[in-house]
Amino acid sequence: MNQNLLNIKNLNIYFKSDKNPRPIHAVRDLSFSLKHGEMLGVVGESGSGKSITNLALMGILGESAIVSASECNFSGKELLQLKEREFQKVRGGEIAMIFQDPMTALNPFLTVEFQIVETILAHLNISKAEAKNRATELLLQVGITSPKDRLKSYPFELSGGMAQRVMIAMAISTGPKLLIADEPTTALDVTIQKQILTLIKTLQEKNNMAVILVTHDLGVVSEFSERIQVMYAGEIVETGVTADLIKHPRHPYTFGLLSSRPGAVERPAKSLLPSIAGIVPSFHQRPAGCQFHPRCIHMQEDCKKYDIPLINGFRCIHPMKGPLK
Amino acid sequence: MKVFFSELYFELKKNRGAMLGIMFILFSLFIAFLAPILAPHNPTEVFPDALRLPPSFIAGGKSGFFFGTDDIGRDLLSRLIYGSRISLSVGFSVVILSLISGTFLGVISGFYGGFIDRSIMRLTDLIMSLPSILFAIVIVAVLGPGITNAIVAVSVVAIPNFIRIIRAQVMVEKNRQYVQAAKLFGAGNFRIMFVEILPNCMAPLIVQASLGFSDGILNVAALGFLGLGAQAPMSEWGTMLSDARSYIESSPWMVTLPGLCILLTVLSFNLLGDGLRDALDPRLKKQN
Repeated sequence: MNQNLLNIKNLNIYFKSDKNPRPIHAVRDLSFSLKHGEMLGVVGESGSGKSITNLALMGILGESAIVSASECNFSGKELLQLKEREFQKVRGGEIAMIFQDPMTALNPFLTVEFQIVETILAHLNISKAEAKNRATELLLQVGITSPKDRLKSYPFELSGGMAQRVMIAMAISTGPKLLIADEPTTALDVTIQKQILTLIKTLQEKNNMAVILVTHDLGVVSEFSERIQVMYAGEIVETGVTADLIKHPRHPYTFGLLSSRPGAVERPAKSLLPSIAGIVPSFHQRPAGCQFHPRCIHMQEDCKKYDIPLINGFRCIHPMKGPLK
Repeated sequence: MKVFFSELYFELKKNRGAMLGIMFILFSLFIAFLAPILAPHNPTEVFPDALRLPPSFIAGGKSGFFFGTDDIGRDLLSRLIYGSRISLSVGFSVVILSLISGTFLGVISGFYGGFIDRSIMRLTDLIMSLPSILFAIVIVAVLGPGITNAIVAVSVVAIPNFIRIIRAQVMVEKNRQYVQAAKLFGAGNFRIMFVEILPNCMAPLIVQASLGFSDGILNVAALGFLGLGAQAPMSEWGTMLSDARSYIESSPWMVTLPGLCILLTVLSFNLLGDGLRDALDPRLKKQN
């Protein structure tokens, strides 16, 4: 058995649709791996396949989705071959997930205590009283003061940051090996953002838990994750160790993303921030060859000709030469 | 949950009709519980020398029989008091039966969709396409007359209302993110349906339950009136009405009093139901 917690090879996700006889190819030949206790940042625009990859890992894509992979191994289990019953043990037990909007992810009718205890009892073989104690400890761990009172609260009585802390407490309650954080801070205040991410980082290190951090915010991933994976149009366009990738992006898309941050590149005062023109191509009209070529400033004729493989961590035949700046 | 009910009570207190309804319901519950103490006579005891006596406050009445007596000399007040026991328990059983089965079918139908949904919906269409009292008569005719069978028949007729209301609500709720979150925390379908989604469908369910209560009482009384529900000597209000029908001109109190009892009970449950609907439906709240 190898050392990685998660090994994914050639993951393909298609969606059947009524209008189109051909299924839509949403995620193509995605391969990546994750070590124990490692934090992987996944960035990309909307519609680049980040979220559906995560949902596929959790096995809750609807019936219209066709998921296939030559390998989809999570700590020795082939995820795609699990039966629904076995998968329920993995979900919440070994892989946990937190969401973009914590206020809608908590059941408005049930107390915080009920929801945490329910999760614990579903996965761990302990008594209800122990589960309640554990819930109190967990709330303390995620930095909620007076946990006893908060346990009795309903979700609407919590602030957004507190609700997200409760979600994190629920997620780590069963000691998962992998936490998928799908834009955990998008709905939150900037000051709370930092606190939540620091909390996730601390818990990651303390519990030796691997984290997949999905975000739009390159600043966030560059600060917190060990590795970054940039996705575009259902493919990985570049992947690498955070420090290298930030300093020396190879793929023009990564370069574009990085240079669109304020202060990333030198520019005349009061000029507009650099941006990438155009939008992500729709699933129905994927360009031939490199997926990024219609928007790429370094596009050359051969970019359109054939699919470009991911070599040395980037998917480009005319990579950027120098480092950023 | 606790917050939900205290807030509900707060809203309800503003509604005078609903409070009146609640008060009358509590009053009839009180009477029903204390029937053996409150009733002056045994409801089936016959007084051969006191046939069709008018109420005691009208000329010709006797002081021992406050609401008078019926055609074979039974005390009307005692029969009405015992009748409240029957009517309330009938209403209760009808609601319990139709609520449980209707909720179960409705949740399953809304959650799974597809073939299961379609078959359950066609079943409700079938029941709803017939006038409810007619369908109840058919069921009682098949099962045989009697209070238990009448309850079953009326419950069956009431089920589609519950199914439809719950189904619609579940179809909205199942797409909420907390449902997906529950799934990602490893909850199975049944836990999601009955622990996560169902509490969020409470509001319309409570309204329908209180309205179903009055429908149940009314329908069982109607079956009693037609001779298909409670059988004589049982002092069920509908049956009492039907027995007194032939004396409507000579001794009108025999029809009026059980009729009034049915009217007031049904009215108070309807008032409560309407009050609950106003209190629970956020759309109605905004308009006021």
